[in-house]
Amino acid sequence: MISGRIKFFSVLREAAGCSESEWEIKEGANVEELLAHLQAKMPNLAKWIDSAWLAVNRRYATPEQVLQDGDEVALFPPVSGG
Amino acid sequence: MSRKLFEISNEPISVDEVSRRISSPAAGAIVSFAGIVRGNNAGRRVRYLEYEAYPEMAEPLLAQIAEEIKARWPVEEVAIVHRVGRQKVGETSVVIAIASAHRLGAFEAGRYAIDRLKEIVPVWKKEHFEGGEVWIEGPEEQPESPFD
Repeated sequence: MISGRIKFFSVLREAAGCSESEWEIKEGANVEELLAHLQAKMPNLAKWIDSAWLAVNRRYATPEQVLQDGDEVALFPPVSGG
Repeated sequence: MSRKLFEISNEPISVDEVSRRISSPAAGAIVSFAGIVRGNNAGRRVRYLEYEAYPEMAEPLLAQIAEEIKARWPVEEVAIVHRVGRQKVGETSVVIAIASAHRLGAFEAGRYAIDRLKEIVPVWKKEHFEGGEVWIEGPEEQPESPFD
């Protein structure tokens, strides 16, 4: 198993009920598989997860990106700064 | 005073202060942009905005925007500071300052900076208006990581 942290922002933070959590998944899993796990654990995310943006280690990532031990994953809605 | 050129800040910000961060003898012009909390939005009377950011990702992306600008226009230096936290109508949420030897290109660069910020920088705002609150959502397409 590999593990790391996941951060939530904005409406996804509110849906998750926390700004940060731990993840653990089998070696070789990608971001999409992690999100499926997460949704099972946090059903409130379901409404937002499909349109969420993804980052791994503070860079934008795709669902296909394979996770490494210690990765910092982030999940957030489309940005609205300015 | 912070000398950081790319910053997510919890403190009030001003055009003067951010412009001073990039002033130098090489700069014959400084073009600045300030984003201000507007008192109405989509027919709603805004009470205040609550900004949130992912600073560890946002600050490098602000620096990247500056690199994109320097590749396209002859500018000396760029500073971009975005304030987070609760902000009242009339307060300054973001300041962009572009220093260049001459004014040519600096205006365009400033416009590019704010457009790009709204596209890629992980900052969000929740609007608190009379009668409710709503998270504001930006562009539909997630950008690709430019470092790949």
